[in-house]
Amino acid sequence: MVDVLALGETSGDGLDPITGELVAAARTLGGSVAVALLGDGLAAHGEQAAALGPDSVLLAESPALDGTSIDAYVTAFEQVCRSASPGAVLVGKTPLGQNVGPRTAFRLGAALAQDCTAVRRDGETGEVVASRPVYGGSATAEVAFTGDAPPFIVMRGRVCEPAEPSPSTDANIIRVDVEIAPSDIRARRVESVKQDIQGVRIEDASVIVAGGRGLGGPEPFERLREIADLLGGAVGASRAACDAGWIDHAAQIGLTGKAVAPDLYLTVGISGASQHMAGCSSAKNIVVINKDADANIFQEASYGVVGDWRKVLPAFIETVRELVT
Amino acid sequence: MAVDIIVCVKQVMDPEMPASAFRIDPDAKRAADAPGIPPVINGFDENAVEAALRIKDEVGGTITVLSVGGGHAMDVMKKPLSMGADALVLAQDDAFAELDARATARVLASAVRRIGRFDLILCGRQASDWDNAHVPLGLAEILGLPCLAVAQKIEVIDSSGVIVHSVTQDGYDVIEADMPALVTVSNELGEPRYPTLRGIMAAGRKTPEVWSADDLDIDPDMLEPGVRIVDLYAPESSRQVELVQGEDEADAGRNLAIRLREAGLI
Ligand SMILES: Cc1cc2nc3c(=O)[nH]c(=O)nc-3n(C[C@H](O)[C@H](O)[C@H](O)COP(=O)(O)OP(=O)(O)OC[C@H]3O[C@@H](n4cnc5c(N)ncnc54)[C@H](O)[C@@H]3O)c2cc1C
Repeated sequence: MVDVLALGETSGDGLDPITGELVAAARTLGGSVAVALLGDGLAAHGEQAAALGPDSVLLAESPALDGTSIDAYVTAFEQVCRSASPGAVLVGKTPLGQNVGPRTAFRLGAALAQDCTAVRRDGETGEVVASRPVYGGSATAEVAFTGDAPPFIVMRGRVCEPAEPSPSTDANIIRVDVEIAPSDIRARRVESVKQDIQGVRIEDASVIVAGGRGLGGPEPFERLREIADLLGGAVGASRAACDAGWIDHAAQIGLTGKAVAPDLYLTVGISGASQHMAGCSSAKNIVVINKDADANIFQEASYGVVGDWRKVLPAFIETVRELVT
Repeated sequence: MAVDIIVCVKQVMDPEMPASAFRIDPDAKRAADAPGIPPVINGFDENAVEAALRIKDEVGGTITVLSVGGGHAMDVMKKPLSMGADALVLAQDDAFAELDARATARVLASAVRRIGRFDLILCGRQASDWDNAHVPLGLAEILGLPCLAVAQKIEVIDSSGVIVHSVTQDGYDVIEADMPALVTVSNELGEPRYPTLRGIMAAGRKTPEVWSADDLDIDPDMLEPGVRIVDLYAPESSRQVELVQGEDEADAGRNLAIRLREAGLI
């Protein structure tokens, strides 16, 4: 029996950053924290998770947990939850967590709060309370849970400072037997098609230059790429620009795109709809070039120019080039 | 190999309405109705209707649109019919107003069972009001169906199988499952088509099936919320913007670069 169970995630030989973020979030709830890892061959990952400072690490290993079917992960996580009987469950708003969290919650008859930006225990009642943006980010809801099943909380990425790994840890690493039958696998990945990424990955970039509908076409994105290249950054976009086909959907930042937290998020021709801000409001600095002084994005910006990008951008790029080279 | 498709849609307040029209009702703990701004069908659900129509264009079959709610604006709900869907089923009851995600999935499951025959259920990936993004996943679990999430393309391969291109961080995965299956649809699929004049006339002649909680044998326990909204408020931004000026716009652009350099950002 653990107080909080966090679904950790692996990435190659290491852990996905969400794992440290979930451990940090779990800590704010108090009590014992367990990290579950699902996969095949997790010994090294288990040590890394232990270093994040939970009380225990639960390893569920099976050859079926090879990334080809979400169903295997749902089946395994349901069994881990039943054996650990946690007081609350945290998962990340990641491609895996977004699916495994809700589906496992339904199997356990549990309720779930999606896309949360904070979680706490109420001082008086001891209840778990989660904060979540709703109506695309126009409002924030504080959500509590009813019933006996453990509340499931899906945490947005990059909203908590991750727990730092430390070499001294006394976390127990426990193997949990899971059984995944062939009949549990209903949907199967048969191919994975990946875009070639020019330069830095958006998720890892410390500088992102993002364009929106105000750019009016695909060509201006070449200018944004110039800036990104000068600054060692990546190019992002609003959904409007992606839907228009000016740039690939993989560049979309926002509620239903990527969540990023760069040091510098430079936007050109983006109005700052709440659904867009949902993906970038953790940026340390938002800088805006927009011709409409009333555009919402100025409210969340540190620096900005009110003006037409056609006139502002060439001089900006030229000066950046002089300054950084 | 015609396929029968159920598309789940939700009526929501228009997410494109001006930000100034958005008001929170602190007592009801929901967004206040915006006077004069008609509701719409959730955007991703329209993408799901489009996905269904493309399948129907390709292989034939029927499309039944299903919605759960306390009440529905009929002209709004008929839009999928005017786009080309065949039938509309409304699970409508005072008891269905303001359901949480878990209860919504349960009512949808009851309605799907009553509809009976189907090969595919399509749902938008999330609704733009509460952004819960887990009703479809729950519906698949309750009905014991394979669940294929965030599709940008759906292909029915033969009478029993479906292939989906599922959006990933840096491309897409090709996912296969047997039918019946549930697929969630994303905007990457492409713009929903406009209703045609003929479609609008045909939709006008169709009457929806309306099913109450009693018709669906819904036990009140099923509707018990699992989450409770304890507070709802407008988020505040603490940032103060420094507007960089210049003699003209080009000069402002130059000054912005210099200012960012001074601030150590570039
Ligand atoms: C459920 C849901 C999920 C969504 N998810 C996302 C998401 O993940 N990401 C996302 O981005 N959006 C998302 N959206 C869409 C979002 O609501 C907005 O529609 C979108 O972000 C608008 O993109 P934009 O800012 O590029 O376009 P607009 O809002 O049209 O803004 C264009 C801006 O460009 C400026 N401009 C125009 N011309 C110039 C010029 N010459 N020089 C300088 N500035 C100029 C204008 O002043 C304006 O501010 C979602 C919507 C819904 C309903």
